[in-house]
Amino acid sequence: MNGPQDLGGQMGFGPVAPEKDEPYFHAEWEKRALGVTLTAGAMGAWNIDESRHARESLHPADYYASSYYQIWIKALEVLLKRHGFITERDLVAGKAVDAAATPKRVLKAADVPAVLAKGGPCDRPVATPARFRAGDRVRTKNFNPTGHTRLPRYARGKSGTIEAVRDGFVFPDSNAHGRGENPQWVYTVVFDGAEIWGEGADPTLVVSIDAWESYLEPA
Amino acid sequence: MSHDHDHDNELDPFAARVRALETILTQKGLIDPAAIDVIVDTYETKIGPRNGARVVAKAWSDPAYADWLRRDATAAIGSLSYTGRQGEHMQAVFDTEDTHNLVVCTLCSCYPWSVLGLPPVWYKAPPYRSRAVIDPRGVLEEFGLTLPAGRKIRVWDSTAELRYLVVPMRPKGTDGWSEEQLAGLVSRDAMIGTALAKEPA
Repeated sequence: MNGPQDLGGQMGFGPVAPEKDEPYFHAEWEKRALGVTLTAGAMGAWNIDESRHARESLHPADYYASSYYQIWIKALEVLLKRHGFITERDLVAGKAVDAAATPKRVLKAADVPAVLAKGGPCDRPVATPARFRAGDRVRTKNFNPTGHTRLPRYARGKSGTIEAVRDGFVFPDSNAHGRGENPQWVYTVVFDGAEIWGEGADPTLVVSIDAWESYLEPA
Repeated sequence: MSHDHDHDNELDPFAARVRALETILTQKGLIDPAAIDVIVDTYETKIGPRNGARVVAKAWSDPAYADWLRRDATAAIGSLSYTGRQGEHMQAVFDTEDTHNLVVCTLCSCYPWSVLGLPPVWYKAPPYRSRAVIDPRGVLEEFGLTLPAGRKIRVWDSTAELRYLVVPMRPKGTDGWSEEQLAGLVSRDAMIGTALAKEPA
C-alpha cells in the first residue's frame, strides 16, 4: 500500500539526529514494548508480514507522530483484537475482562534463548527455476496495490540490472493477508541513481532493492 | 509496578498503555512476563555490535574467512555463534576504495539484530529512511563523514529478508594487530555505513 511507511525519497523530515552513546532503550516501557511484541508474536497467530502491514496501516498522521516502539504497540493492539486475544473492553478496563482465543503456544522464559537463536527463517523451496540471471536487464512493475507490498514507490516502473539471484522466499504480498506463503525467487536489483531520481541525481549513487520475481519483467 | 524506578515514566500515558497491555495478556495466560525479562536482558547485555565487530575483525585478519563471508555470510557469521532473529539471512558487503556501502530500510526498520543488536532510533526514524536513498552524501555529512568526491555510493535498501552487514576497509597502520584489537576499531555505525572504521590512536 502507498502508506506512511514508504519513505524513500520523501522530503521534509529534517536532518538525521544521531545520538552519541545511544542507549538501547530510552524508557522502561520501551523494554516491555519490545518484549510484549515478541512474546505476543510467539503465540503464532500472525506472521511478520501481517505485523508489518498492521504497522503501515496506522493513519499517516499517527504513524509520523509515533516513535517506533509506539508504532509497534499500536499495531499490536490491532493484531490482538483481530485475532480474538483482546477486546476494546479489556483495553478500556486495563485488565482482562473478556475471554481470549487459544494461542498455538505461549513462550516461556526458559525457551526464549533457543527461540531467539533460531529466529524465523523465511527461505522456502520454489518449484520453478529462477526466471532471471545475474546481469539480466529488468523493469520493475508499476502498480499501486491497496494491500501489503515490499516494492517501494520510488522503485516502481524503473529499469535496473539483476545483480544476484538470492533464494526462494515467502511472498509478503500474499502472506500478509493470510493468502499463503507462495514463495518466489528474490533478486538483488541495482539501479543507477539517475534512473530513480532523474534530474539532479547524485551521479555516484547506485541503489539496490531486493525484489520478488513477480515484481519484475524483462526489460 | 515494582521494578520501574523511573518516576517520569509513571506519568507517561504511553507507559501506562504498554503496562495495561502486558497486564491483560498476562492475566489471560497468553504471555509470560518472565519471558519478557529474558528478551530484554538478551538485547541489553548479550547481543550487540560487538558481535558484528568480531566478524569484521576476523574478515580483516583471515582471507579465507573473508572469502567465506563474501560467499555465504549466514554460515560464516553462524560459525561464530551469531545466529537467530533478524539475522536468518545475512549478506556481507565490503567497502573498497571505489565504493562505499550504506544500508537502510525505507519501508520499516529491517536491521541485522544478530550482529548489531537493536537498531538505534535514527535508523528507524523518517529522516534517515527517507533520505538515505536519495541524498546519501548529505546524510553522511550529518554523521560527520565526508567521502571523497569520486567515490561511488551503493545504498542497500533492505526490502526483503536479507540483512546487510557492511565490512568497512581496514585502517592503515594496523598490521599485526590481534582480532580483539581490530574489533575495537569497528563501530556500529561503520557496519551500517554511516561511519568508517576508526583510525588507530
